[in-house]
Amino acid sequence: MSGHSTYQPQHPFMKWMERRLPIAGLVYSSFIAYPTPRNLNYWWTFGGILTVMLAAQIITGVVLAMHYTPHVDFAFNSIEGIMRDVNYGRLLRYLHSNGASMFFIAVYVHIARGMYYGSYKEPREVLWILGVIIYLLMMATGFMGYVLPWGQMSYWGAVVITNLFSAFPGVGEAIVTWLWGGFAVGNPTLNRFFSLHYLLPFVIAGVVVLHVWALHVVGQNNPTGVEPKTDKDTVAFTPYATVKDAFFLICFFLLYGWFVFYIPNYLGHADNYIPANPAVTPAHIVPEWYYLPFYAILRAIPDKLMGVLALGGSILILAFLPWLDTSKVRSARYRPLYRQFFWIFIATVVGLGYLGSKPPEGGYVIAARILTIYYFAHFLIVLPLLGLFEKTKPLPNSISESVLKDGEPIGASAPAKG
Amino acid sequence: MKMQKLALAIVLAVGFALPAQAAGETEHPPRVKWSFAGPFGLYDRAQLQRGFKVYREVCQACHSLSLLSFRNLAEPGGPGFTEAQARVIAEEYRVQDGPNDAGEMFERPGRLADRFPKPFPNDNAARAANGGALPPDMSVIAKARTYERGFPWFLFDIVTQFQEQGPDYIVALMNGYEDPPQGFQLPPGSHYNKYFPGHAIGMPKPLSDGQVTYDDGAPQTVDQYAKDVTAFLMWAAEPHMEARKRIGFQVMIFLLVFAGLMYFTKKKVWADVHAHP
Amino acid sequence: MTSSTAAEPNRRDFLYIATGAVGAVGAAAVAWPLISQMNPDASTIAAGAPIEVDLTPIADGQVIKVFWRGKPIFINHRTAKQIKEAQDVNLALLPDPQPDSERVKKGHEQWQVLIAICTHLGCIPLAHQGEYDGYFCPCHGSVYDTSGRIRQGPAPLNLALPPYEFLSDTKIKIG
Repeated sequence: MSGHSTYQPQHPFMKWMERRLPIAGLVYSSFIAYPTPRNLNYWWTFGGILTVMLAAQIITGVVLAMHYTPHVDFAFNSIEGIMRDVNYGRLLRYLHSNGASMFFIAVYVHIARGMYYGSYKEPREVLWILGVIIYLLMMATGFMGYVLPWGQMSYWGAVVITNLFSAFPGVGEAIVTWLWGGFAVGNPTLNRFFSLHYLLPFVIAGVVVLHVWALHVVGQNNPTGVEPKTDKDTVAFTPYATVKDAFFLICFFLLYGWFVFYIPNYLGHADNYIPANPAVTPAHIVPEWYYLPFYAILRAIPDKLMGVLALGGSILILAFLPWLDTSKVRSARYRPLYRQFFWIFIATVVGLGYLGSKPPEGGYVIAARILTIYYFAHFLIVLPLLGLFEKTKPLPNSISESVLKDGEPIGASAPAKG
Repeated sequence: MKMQKLALAIVLAVGFALPAQAAGETEHPPRVKWSFAGPFGLYDRAQLQRGFKVYREVCQACHSLSLLSFRNLAEPGGPGFTEAQARVIAEEYRVQDGPNDAGEMFERPGRLADRFPKPFPNDNAARAANGGALPPDMSVIAKARTYERGFPWFLFDIVTQFQEQGPDYIVALMNGYEDPPQGFQLPPGSHYNKYFPGHAIGMPKPLSDGQVTYDDGAPQTVDQYAKDVTAFLMWAAEPHMEARKRIGFQVMIFLLVFAGLMYFTKKKVWADVHAHP
Repeated sequence: MTSSTAAEPNRRDFLYIATGAVGAVGAAAVAWPLISQMNPDASTIAAGAPIEVDLTPIADGQVIKVFWRGKPIFINHRTAKQIKEAQDVNLALLPDPQPDSERVKKGHEQWQVLIAICTHLGCIPLAHQGEYDGYFCPCHGSVYDTSGRIRQGPAPLNLALPPYEFLSDTKIKIG
């Protein structure tokens, strides 16, 4: 997608084609000859895993839609029909429902890797922001997908999340009624969620194309954070990156298979096997695990509008990360202090996730408040100040130098292993 | 590194230890040894047949099983009835059909393709007949009930594949009827159950020793009845579990072989890069 | 082509602006039906017509739940003690101050009619629970008093009141 193609078609048809639609040349330059830093570790394979998971979700989703009925009276039983009667329906449904979780596991690793190695820094800001947009679209898609089985948690999740919009003064109620298409969550809501749940993955695919395009303009970051300088620093995407991605993808599939075949309901909620009942609120409404940290932030704040704003802010703040982190050094390998704060931040998010699954009472609320404050402090205080005061370790001159000396001291200090 | 660990400890303490005060309340159901647990678990055919007998003779009067068809009884991975046996069972039920040529609904004996008929025509009729409490449908109830595992057990469950919280809860519920403790205000029309959330359950104690006759020599006790009917309900909720685990094993073996091959391919491809930097 | 400047719009600029404006109006006119279709449709609005409720069977201290427009409505037959508690609250202490007299119909203080949807995130509160013998939301722990006013927890507002009127002493019309 960037640079000039070195692709030289041999076959007369390919020559003919290349003059009219140079798609073979595009593929060649983007996915075969494309120079990849030679020192990428396995954390860099998650981009490829995510692409495969998106494709897997779209394919299983399209076939599930052939058997699903988006109507409040039939949705629950049509899913059970898929589970009981459709050929391989139970497999496809479990692949799709667990696939959503695997997708989020991969995206969280992908985001954390970007944060650890400073992949959002100049000139990759747009690449990063496109990633935040993909993440937001994934959250919307996942939420609407969870509503479709029309179980108790589906229904009440939809009630709680759509009600977030009622926090806005004046227009809130009108927005919520507009979202519902009625005076409560009901059949119009289910229908439009199905429509959008089908649409959004293709929008995600479109933004992914932009994300990959931006990646190919600026090139991949790498564990040293030092840009490739010579041919010695890079290898060709195919076969080197391809085969590495493929190996780790299969390892990832082992995890995916573990959930799908052995504990397919582990990541779901028992309540969602109870058909939706607008007259009975479950004792304990919990969103899917991948929203839990943000749910904890929402509930940590006693004021409704402020809670909703904090929830939105906690995600949107990611888009400003390239400017909040003031350090000139990209990789945490050479930032001893940042490395520690990074792991504290990860622990904070995990802690918030745990608290999001707990009832909002007593110590849980206090703990959630402390961690919420730290979550924002990480972005608004720690990162800007670290860039100013942190004493970073000397960077290697090039990627190949760091690879050669791997395991030996670089400069004066010990190498940092991520 | 020291500071890192200290900070981590603080965060974990804030996240996990501080709220520990909120723990407690209802006792967890005891673990039951299930034949269908684990990666190679299979249903015990005789147990499913006994459980079906308990369902028919006890639960069926109030609880529907609306997602199950008679044909399911003869499907592989199930209770192991022959198709002829399933047909006989189906014919013992009256199923509403119609309208006929005169425009009227009529009843006929069940067929294999029919679903289990519901005991009440609608939810309100079921409530009216049961003192306002709705007996839930039992088709997926084994997956619709659970209890909180708590930290750190829920993490271990990923590895041990423990996922029988629902069945354990149902067995505990059947065994959990007792006299209310001193000072417990039992609302009228409800019964005290040790394991029911809130303890006041609408359903009277459904099982008693010797209530259902087994002809395979299994003990005719409440505990055995509870386990048998729960195994049957687990099968009803997840009728293709055996096939799922069997395919899963094949897939895992395939992936392991593929991953091994891919690993050595990757090493081979990268060998020249490592040799000539 | 470059004769015009920003300071001196001429006739050609006006033409461009007018064309652009008409195009924008057209785009907005096309967008509106696409947005508006998501609002409640005619049948939904029709199904939201007023309902009548007979109050005779509701005993002293009992709360019943009816549905109007898909929303649960609590009708609470309050006891004399509950009414007194609701009236004797120091309004200055309330997050959303409102006297009990504004939340019931005059002369029918024992009847409290409110929309049983927690103003926090829309769960259904439980009646006769919580510290104030009013309503308690199990989702995020908001506590309401016997007048349906928010007393504790994350909910910002008192429980909303549906439009209703007394047709007679024992019959109300909601809607």
